[in-house]
Amino acid sequence: MIVNKDTIAQLAKENRRLDNRSLTEFRSPIEIETNISWTAEGSAKVRIGETVVMAGVKLSIEKPYNDTPDEGGIMVNAELTPLSSPEYEPGPPGMKAIELARVTDRGIREAKAIDMKKLCIIPGEKAWFVIVDIITINDAGNLFDAAGLATLTALKSAKYPVVDKETGAIDYKQKTDIPLPLTKEPLPITVYKINGSLLVDPTSEEEKTYDARLTVASDSDGTISALQKGGNMPLTIDELSKMLDIALEKSNFLREELNKALNV
Amino acid sequence: MSKIIVEERSIVIPGEILAEGMDFLPGDNTFRENNQIYSKVLGLANISGRVIKITPLSGPYVPKAGDKIIGKVTDIAFSGWRVDTATAYSAMLNVKDATSRFIRKEEDLSKILAIGDYIVVMITNVTSQNLIDLTMKEPGLHKISGGRIININSQKVPRVIGKKGSMISLIKQNTGCDITVGQNGLIWLKGSPDGEFLAEKAIKLIENKSHQEGLTEKIEQFLEKNKVNN
Amino acid sequence: MAYKKRLDGREIEELRPMEAKAGVIKNAKGSASFKIGKTWAIAAVYGPREIFPRFLADPTKGILRCHYTMMPFSGSGERIRPGKSRRAQEISMVMENALEPVVDLSAFPNSVVDVFVELPQTDAGTRCAAISAASIALADAGIPMKDMVSSVAMGQVDGTVIADLNYGEESYPAIVSDIPVAMLHNSKEISLLQMDGEITKDDLIKAMELAKVATEKVYELQKKALKEKFTNE
Repeated sequence: MIVNKDTIAQLAKENRRLDNRSLTEFRSPIEIETNISWTAEGSAKVRIGETVVMAGVKLSIEKPYNDTPDEGGIMVNAELTPLSSPEYEPGPPGMKAIELARVTDRGIREAKAIDMKKLCIIPGEKAWFVIVDIITINDAGNLFDAAGLATLTALKSAKYPVVDKETGAIDYKQKTDIPLPLTKEPLPITVYKINGSLLVDPTSEEEKTYDARLTVASDSDGTISALQKGGNMPLTIDELSKMLDIALEKSNFLREELNKALNV
Repeated sequence: MSKIIVEERSIVIPGEILAEGMDFLPGDNTFRENNQIYSKVLGLANISGRVIKITPLSGPYVPKAGDKIIGKVTDIAFSGWRVDTATAYSAMLNVKDATSRFIRKEEDLSKILAIGDYIVVMITNVTSQNLIDLTMKEPGLHKISGGRIININSQKVPRVIGKKGSMISLIKQNTGCDITVGQNGLIWLKGSPDGEFLAEKAIKLIENKSHQEGLTEKIEQFLEKNKVNN
Repeated sequence: MAYKKRLDGREIEELRPMEAKAGVIKNAKGSASFKIGKTWAIAAVYGPREIFPRFLADPTKGILRCHYTMMPFSGSGERIRPGKSRRAQEISMVMENALEPVVDLSAFPNSVVDVFVELPQTDAGTRCAAISAASIALADAGIPMKDMVSSVAMGQVDGTVIADLNYGEESYPAIVSDIPVAMLHNSKEISLLQMDGEITKDDLIKAMELAKVATEKVYELQKKALKEKFTNE
């Protein structure tokens, strides 16, 4: 809504928001559930405010790629379902879904969060491949962070299925208690620039107002594993530095939320 | 023998039996089949004398002539503007119904209303195919600038306005906001940021609690507790 | 050796544990979550809204459109590739046929009401769960309806007519039939009927009698879910 856009921009300048949050405050509640789907090897449902996203992990055994014969692989796919917003239509993924999937994928892959070598079963012949599907249930803004959180949670909860020793076939109905070789916990945080101010966890309306955004995937020790700048306005190095500070801090905040949820 | 099956103000679902026998009459959102009267929507049962009707708890806005609504300009045509009414039907606002000023043939209509602008308008005519004509020439009809627009279920609009406008006056007084309620469920709030925020919360509270008794007291208490200094 | 003892120990007419909730998706006009056993359907209703492409519009009434989707990780085997399969398209169509008899869109000519159903996990009976969820979501959206539609799969395993087959029963090594049924609550008319497998006429009629009882249990839960949305606040 253009009226609200103007007001959002004006408020941002005064460090305020339509819903009275501070600029660096996430919406509540933040809810994280695992094992929501018995058919997935790992799954999660994440809620940030009114935004709800599910992620599911499926494992399969494939031939490794020729250039990495002793490694498995990972692929992330995202579906912006028409169930989750009146703005999405049925059909193949559009640009927004592709970007969401690729940014989430890079955050995990480039951090080497999964030990790809440990996914290998027989070099050059067989390795585990991990496919994560992100499904939106209600898009009320900030899908990047919600999808990243759901993906990491689903990966953390995943267990290998039983493999028949003789035939080598996967019995998807039975799970072992062996988790994926996850070595790090990278989480993306997206910082938005609106009318000169920097803020996190935008609502859908705020998302339509931004000048620039930066998604930063980072680890608990502050290592950055993926970046994605969006929006048609440039950023100064000074702004970039501030955005990184916010992103690293909020990444730790979400990681704490995740560990709280998983230890219950 | 006739009898009422549901209680006054109870929640009923589509297809639920409300009454038996011919002594009762099916009112709004109900229908008779054989000897029974059934509900046609999810709503609250409302029995007055022999008539049973259902007040819906949700559902689409049906455009009516005389209704004031808030719309969004989506296109500029040769002789006017196409307006999104937040329903399945877009409407036309003709140049002559938008302003009493003389408009020259070659004048740029986007200088008057641009795509994306929100406007408070009145429905002047609805055809059987739900083609809608609008006017912006009556008092209180205008282009919107500043403040915020929120969206509620249009079925809750009467509760937000209240009896003779009592509810909306209550909110205006306690928040210092100007509030324009569109019958299509779009509401424009303009005041201080705190005032707008409080008004939005109060209206959302009405939307969620509209089926409960003692709504006015609840809203009074809510506004009292969260008072803003204007 | 007839099928006397069910694989999961249920009585022949017993449904798996069910859960239902209305109003689970904020953006939608109406929505519902419906679980039966390990099958889970989430439904959202959008509209009445403008229909695209325009030539689909009906000037006498609004159109009901259903979209059934299994999430890629919701199958009990390998990942399902995203995108409309022929199976999903057929199920979407029979869902429309199952719901249309109760939905009255005469006040909304040229418009469309879209029902989207996503399934996060499945264990047989998915189209039935989808229809039961969709019916709650349509009512929640305030769409005029003359009745609710409730749906459960009936079946016959090795000569025994049972209600609500799970995947293990669907693939039982004997003569099996899987009969998804949807019924209108008041009239007990059948608005969805399909079958895979083999069955005698007598057993089929018996299955329909059992369906009346089974769909009634679904109906009671649908009704409860809709009313709870307003009493739990």
